[in-house]
This record gives sequence, C-alpha cells and structure tokens, in this order.
Amino acid sequence: MSYDSAKWEVVIGLEIHCQLATKSKIFSGASTAYGAEPNTQACAVDLALPGVLPVFNKEALRMAVKFGLAVDAKIGLRSVFDRKNYFYPDSPKAYQITQMDHPIVGKGHMDIELENGESKRIGITRAHLEEDAGKSMHGSYHGMTGIDLNRAGTPLIEIVSEPDMRSAKEAVAYMRKIHSLVRYIEISDGNMQEGSFRCDANVSVRPRGQQELGTRAELKNINSFRFVERAINHEIERQIDVIEDGGRVVQETRLYDADKDETRSMRSKEEANDYRYFPDPDLLPVVIDEAYVEQVRQSLPELPEQKKQRYMAEFELSIYDAAVITASRELAAYFEIVAAQCGDAKLSANWVTGELSAKLNKAELEITASKVDAEAFAGLLQRIKDNTISGKIAKEIFEAMWQGEGSADEIIESKGLKQITDSSAIEAMVDEVIANNPEQFAALQAGQDKLMGFFVGQVMKASGGKANPGQVNQLMQKKLKS
Amino acid sequence: MSLDADEVKKIAYLARLKIEEADIPGYVSNLSDILDLVEQMNAVDTAGVTPMSHPLDAVQRLREDVVTEGNQRELFQAIAPKTEDGLYLVPQVIE
Amino acid sequence: MGQDEMKMYHKKTLVELSVLLQAGEVSSVELTEYFLARINAHDKNLNSFISVTETQALAAAEQADAAIKNGTAGPLTGVPIAHKDIFCTEGVRTSCGSKMLDNFISPYDATVVSKLKQAGMVMLGKTNMDEFAMGSSNETSFYGPVKNPWQSDRIPGGSSGGSAAAVAARLAPAATGTDTGGSIRQPAAMCGITGIKPTYGRISRYGMIAFASSLDQAGPMAQSAHDCALLLNAMAGFDDKDSTCLDKEVPDYTAELDKPLSGLRIGLPKEYFGEGLDAEVEKVVRGALDEYKKLGAELIDIELPNSGLSVPVYYVVAPAECSANLSRFDGVRYGYRCENPVDLMDMYTRTRGEGFGAEVKRRIMVGTYALSSGYYDAYYLKSQQLRHKISEDFREAFEKVDVIMGPTAPDTAFKIGEKSDDPISMYLSDIYTIAVNLAGLPGMSVPAGFVEGRPVGLQITGNYFQESQLLNVAHQYQLNTDWHRAIPEDFL
Repeated sequence: MSYDSAKWEVVIGLEIHCQLATKSKIFSGASTAYGAEPNTQACAVDLALPGVLPVFNKEALRMAVKFGLAVDAKIGLRSVFDRKNYFYPDSPKAYQITQMDHPIVGKGHMDIELENGESKRIGITRAHLEEDAGKSMHGSYHGMTGIDLNRAGTPLIEIVSEPDMRSAKEAVAYMRKIHSLVRYIEISDGNMQEGSFRCDANVSVRPRGQQELGTRAELKNINSFRFVERAINHEIERQIDVIEDGGRVVQETRLYDADKDETRSMRSKEEANDYRYFPDPDLLPVVIDEAYVEQVRQSLPELPEQKKQRYMAEFELSIYDAAVITASRELAAYFEIVAAQCGDAKLSANWVTGELSAKLNKAELEITASKVDAEAFAGLLQRIKDNTISGKIAKEIFEAMWQGEGSADEIIESKGLKQITDSSAIEAMVDEVIANNPEQFAALQAGQDKLMGFFVGQVMKASGGKANPGQVNQLMQKKLKS
Repeated sequence: MSLDADEVKKIAYLARLKIEEADIPGYVSNLSDILDLVEQMNAVDTAGVTPMSHPLDAVQRLREDVVTEGNQRELFQAIAPKTEDGLYLVPQVIE
Repeated sequence: MGQDEMKMYHKKTLVELSVLLQAGEVSSVELTEYFLARINAHDKNLNSFISVTETQALAAAEQADAAIKNGTAGPLTGVPIAHKDIFCTEGVRTSCGSKMLDNFISPYDATVVSKLKQAGMVMLGKTNMDEFAMGSSNETSFYGPVKNPWQSDRIPGGSSGGSAAAVAARLAPAATGTDTGGSIRQPAAMCGITGIKPTYGRISRYGMIAFASSLDQAGPMAQSAHDCALLLNAMAGFDDKDSTCLDKEVPDYTAELDKPLSGLRIGLPKEYFGEGLDAEVEKVVRGALDEYKKLGAELIDIELPNSGLSVPVYYVVAPAECSANLSRFDGVRYGYRCENPVDLMDMYTRTRGEGFGAEVKRRIMVGTYALSSGYYDAYYLKSQQLRHKISEDFREAFEKVDVIMGPTAPDTAFKIGEKSDDPISMYLSDIYTIAVNLAGLPGMSVPAGFVEGRPVGLQITGNYFQESQLLNVAHQYQLNTDWHRAIPEDFL
C-alpha cells in the first residue's frame, strides 16, 4: 500500500462468481465436469440450438438457498429468472439467464477478521443464480478465436457485497471468508485455478471526509487471492494518480492482466451497454416455501462463524487461532481430533496453526493431504504434555514424522530423544557446567541474573536438548542458594 | 412517437443488424408507425395493475441433478459454419 | 360410389383415411405415394412446401404398414401429415422460412414431431411459412409466398400458411401449425380448413423454433374438428424438456364430440362485430351463429373492453420476446454466416442483416427498443399490465358464457402484395385472434362459408383447458354443415 491513507479513503465492493458443484448444468442435462475435450459437454440446450428450452436444476436451487442461510440472508420465496441480452461468442443464446429483480438470496452479511484482531461486518446485498458462459481460446487458429462451450450453462451464484470494504486487505479477507464458506457448506469446490471461484471488484477512492462516493471502476477477471490484492492496490494508485494529476476517474470496466500485473480499460465492453433485462418467458417463477427452507437449514453443517465462537468459548482459543482453524472445515475437523486425543486444546491450536500450517503451506498441501494424520499428530503432542519431550525436540520429531519415519513414540525411541527427568543425572550435568565455568558462576552468585539463561542453555546443550528445562532451572536455583 | 435515423441505427447496432443506408428511411417510417400503434396502450390507466409475463399461473418445475446428455460434438459440429480441433471458430475476439 | 371415387383419397378426412387404413383397404405406402404425387403435381404453383421428404416418408409408411399388420397400430398409424417448417425434424432441413436456417439440418426432433412419429404418422415434408412465423400472409417467407388454393392471386394467411394451403388443396390430410397471434386460426379461416390452438402449456414447445415464448403454441390443422381431436390426442401432454408444458392429464378429445349443444351459452363480444369487420364476412358469421341457435345454443352479448388494445400489446410483447429469442442466430454454431467477415462485429451484423428478412428485422428492432433502458416501463411493463387486463376480461366473460364466438379475421384473404408495404394494416388482420394468445386460452377456427368464393372462418374461444368442449362445439356444427368438406376447384 503506497498511497496516503490519511488523505484517501478507498471504497470496495465485490461481486463473487461461484460455480455450484452440481453434476449437471443449471438448465440442461450436460455434465459440468472440468477438463473435458472442447465442446464434448455442450448439449443442444447449451448450444442454443433452435427450439431448445431450459429446465431448472433442483440441486442448484438447494445450493443457492444453502448459501443464503449460511450468510444469514433473507431467502427469496419467489425468485424469477431474467434474460440479460448481449452478444458474445461464448454466450450461445446471446442472452444470459440470470436473476435481476427477484434473486433467490436477499440481504445477508459476512464478518471478517481485521489485522488488529477486531472483526468487521461486510454486508451482502444479494446473491442470485445464473449460468456461466463458455470460453474463448485465443491462439493459433489462423488469427481466429476458438469457442469451447463446455462451461456454458454451469450454475453460478453471483454474490454481491455492499461497498463496505476499505482496503485491498479487507477485500481479500472477505473473499477468503466466502471462499471458505462455500467449501464448508459443500456447494462449490472453490477451485480458483479452474475458474470455479472468481471475482469482480468495484473500486473507487475519495478524499477522507467526503460523503459522496467517487466514480468507480469495475475490475474484471480476478481469479486468485493474490491478484485481488494486487489488482485493487494498482487500481487505487491509478485512480489517485488520475485525480492528483487533475483528471477525473471514468466509470469503466477494466481487465486485470496477471501476466503484466496491470489493469487496462475494456473499451469494447463500454460501447452502449444496454442489457435489456426482462423475465425469461421460458421459465416460470421459482416458488419455495418455509418448510423447504427449513429443510435446507437442517442440512447445514456448523458454520465457520458458529464454530469459531464455540472454539473461543469451549477451548478458550484466541479469536485469531479460532478464525484460522475454522476457516477450513477439514482443518477444524483435524483440530478437533487432535485436541480430543491429546487433551490440550490450547496446545493443539498452537501446533495446528503453527508448525502444521507452516509445513502445509510450504508443501502447498491441503490439510486432507497432510503427511501426518490427526491421530499421529495428537500422539506427538501427548508426549509434550507428559514431559517425555520438550517443544524443541517435538519440532525435530514432527519433521521426522513428516518424512515418514514413523510415529512420535517410535522416533523418540529410535533416536533416543526421551527427555531426561532423572534429577541425579541432570544434577551431574549442572555440576559439570558450573565446574567448567567458575567465573560466570561467581558472577551469577554476585547477582548477575542474566547469566542464569547462560547456565540453563549450557546444561540443555550438554544434554543434547533432552533435559527438562524446568528441572534444570530448579536445580540451578538450588545450587545458587547452597 | 417517431424515431429518427440515428435512433434506428442505434437500435440496429444493439440488435446486431446491418441495415443498408438506403433502407434506413424505410425502417424509420415503419418503426415509427409501429410505435404509434403501440402507444395506443397509453389510453388505459394501468396504475397498480400487476404485470403478467406469463399466461399460466404456474410455478417452475425442477429437474433432478442428473447427467442425461452425452457427447454429441460430431453431430452438432457437422452443421457449424467453421470448426477446428473441436472448437467453433469466429473472427478474433478482442478484449 | 365407383372405384375411382373410392380412390380419391384426398377427398377423405383424416378420420376416414384412418378407418380405411385400419381395415386394410389402403396401405400407408399407397396413401403416402398418393399424396406425394399430389404434391408433385400441384405444389409447384401453390408453393406450400419448403421440403418434401419422399424417401423418409416411404420408409415410415412401410413401418406403419407393418404395425397395422401386426396389430400394434393406433388410429393415426400410417396417416400422412405435413409439418410446419418451424418444427425441428432430425436429419431434415428446418428452415423456419428463413435464409438464416436455409442450410440448417436439425440434429433432433421436436417433441410434437416425435410424438406424431410415435403415433405412426408419416411425414410428407415441411410446409412453407412466414419467416420465423412473423407474418399474417406468408409473404415474408424466404421461399416465396404461398398461394391461396381458392384464389391463387390471394394470400393463404399466415404464419402457418403453407400448412393451411396444403390441407385446403388436399396435398396432405393434415398438418401441424403454430399460433403466436393467430397463426393457426387466421390461415385456417382464409383457406377454409379447421385448426385449433390449444391452451398455452398443453403441447410441448420443445423443438418448435421460438418466436414469442409466452404466446407460441402448436396445434393441428385439418379438415374437421374430429380430425383435429385425433391429432390433439397425440400431440398434447407433458414434456419434461419444456418448463412451461403442464403436467396435466390429457383427456380423449374425441370423447365429448357427440355431446348435444342444447343450453350452450355462446358469448358474442360486441368488440368483434364492430368497426373494421367486413359486412359480408359478418353475414357469414351471423349465419353460423343462427345454425348454433338451431342446435339449441343461447347467444349472449358480452364485452371484452380491453380487446381493442390487444394488437398494440402484442406488438410489444411478441417483438420483445423475439428480439431475445432470435439473438442465437449469430453465425457461430449453425445456420447462415456471412461471407468473409472482417471482424466479429462484421460477422454479427452482416450475418443477421443478410440472414433475416425485413419483417423479422423490424420486429427485432421494435422489441430491442421496447426493452432498452429508458423505455422498458413505458412499453414492456405497460404491455404486461394490459395483458393482465385483457386476460381479466376473458375471465369475467367466462363466468357468463361457455364459449366465445366471432369472426376469425375481419376480412377474407387479401391479394398477394396488397399489404406488403403496410405492416400496420397487415397486423390488424389478427385483431380478433391475438387476445386469445395474450390470455393463453384455447381457440379454434372453423369454416363457416364463403364471400366471393373465399372462405370465412368462425372463431370459437374456450376457457382454459376446455379443448374438448371447443372440439365438441365445432364438431356439432360440422355435422350440420358442409363448409369444411368444400375443396377448391383446382384441386378437386
């Protein structure tokens, strides 16, 4: 962030497009599986052959309602599909079936955690069902563009936020929360590489204290958390530059180019956009009742926010630890097994958010692919708890477990890493260290307390890290007084 | 309600219809006549009347989430103007 | 009846042919060859067919004969039929009367087509029509105008003009049609045949190329109400591929044909007998009404106060829907693509500019305008509100009467070219039929006489899903009149 945040206020709203994990498309019986040969999953309806008609997928409806309930939103008991008209080769009907005035999900909200440990509520304006478009392949087709319509008709929910975010970081935090939620409630695989989860950002700036919003630009085509932050920050700087140079920000659509790390104007999209929305006469109003909504509600798992609150109350975790662990349903499940087996939730939280998460990040692995499973991990923490090993040694053992060298106990045994708790053995080491460092010991006795650390360190070193640091400390105190 | 040539051109552009310059006056006059006809609607007050977008008072039926359609690319692309490697080809799309 | 007269199969109704087929007195192959020969002999001039599917027809006829032999045949098995070229037919060109789809070989069958196939019917070919069903005279077809079999310098009506002319000239015992604003009833009236547009949602629209989705409805066109009843039995019913097709039991539409009409309450809307109605046409219609009185019906004057607005409302609703429905014709996946497009925009605008005819372009533009920002409320929304009021008129009327009658069209068939340059006067020829589509009600046209040798149709409109009653009312009339048996001189 290189702009003067005392002077400028940034206003950001996100539109997140999330593919729903249905088997078939929203209005046809073609498969939604990713990665098929071009146009092998585009049926007559997806291709908009003359005379074909859409029929709405039951599961897409259920998933959208599930999302609405998860963000505490008002569910549209009567929602209507509209046609949004625009010509583009990846849009076979030249209109997109979407929801305009009567979306399936109304006003809701999502809380995000800020860096200062506070939480902030981001408003969700609405979420509506719509169909995805196909893909254009620019490349080596004699200067022509190739169109693959496999993705056309894949169900999406478009989640529209209020312009409640004030920095790129907040936008990323919000996007991450939504991403985590849709996977939590199992309505999307959230796979960003495959385009299952993408976002457009509406960004504007205004001098602090100004009431009215600045003119916004819409950033399209952002498909990673990293890019969201970069694209938004770029755009903020661009807009501030424009204004500081005496210019005016124009309302426009800009495309984020990840390769060049810049946004550029999509003038083509600006030409007389008039989508001419109207209710799709091929589809009837989607009407659901409270009983249906209730049934969907019953199918919801414990949501991240609820889980977070529970962890804070039940396990006395910090808001940070609770938020990190509950961000992923799988990570939370892992944590719960570890905590239950080792009997120390706090210790489990520290290790799960610390060593384990670092390891996973480094290896770019999901928790489900962790090389140390929850039971084994709990086994390691148990040995810390019962003083068999120190935390430092535990890290060493964890590394060995990660490398597949066996369980914590096996490694402790084979490498002889068991903590020394035999007082006489430790005392012998203490005596030896004192004998080898008579001057320092004299100084310590004379009141240079800082040297205590030196002695404990020397004893630990002599023990190969296996001495119990608490015991060492106690023995040193005893030697001082004697 | 009468349209002028520029409005007709704008509508034609929105609808992606090339209209020859020579044909514009004809469309201007026809479309203006049609809009005059349509404006007879204004004779009736419709304040508070619920719009009816569909003749039936029915609700949307739902389809089971089952894959029923297989690969028919060959059949479908046999009637396509231009394809290659299974893709439909169009003049370059510039974003 | 002599041997030759026996073999004049074109003078038989579908019901009569069905009996002959079942009795083994004629084979489907013989019948098919007979009608193919008639098409061959007469259609060069009439132009009622866009495609004749001789090979497929004969193959289907052989199958039908086998079914009749082994006892698996139904009443329609082996009977030839022509399909309006708006219905997708697998492996057969489906042009919708447009240059845009001149090269379009459909990869699939419309539900109506497959249902009639299932019933054993033999498709003779695809009939001519106004381009994308937009027209009332069949003059907007890319394949040239169809002539009225009664007077060849006249139009056959539209948009199902090819189907109406083919049946009137007895080139096919029956045909399918579609009706968005009168496209079955008006040509049926002008060609002197019987046609029914059922309640919206009664017949699947899947595979029927959409003009205005909330108005389009398929229906049979044939010589008599009884013929139509048999066809409707096979065409109607639920289809899981069409969200707007209702899951509602299909009655046997022949079951009530013989019910007497005594006590039937017939509503006569004063708006259908006022200014704009040709005096001679009115006389013919009044004559038909007298016949109903003789059959025991009661004539009751009613009002449909908003019906005068049905034409303006229709010319917002239909163009708005069609402007989106026809956007898919973009030269990308099928159909016409312009030569050597220089860029994407050029491909779109020239493909569509060259592929569509003038009337289609006009309607797309009207619809585009009506939906565009700043005009939506004044045009589209207003039309939807009036649509509601027009439907309410009918709802109130059907509290007092069983059926509504009047002329199908204000005049008989006009001359080819007479109204080509005047879209508005063309639109007004659907003034009595359009409101029925806006409300989604079932409507019929039944031959009721002639003015100067040109047929006049009586329109019968019923309440929702009262097709059985409509067919009964028409059938009783046809038992007592011969208008529906009249054959134009050139086609005797």
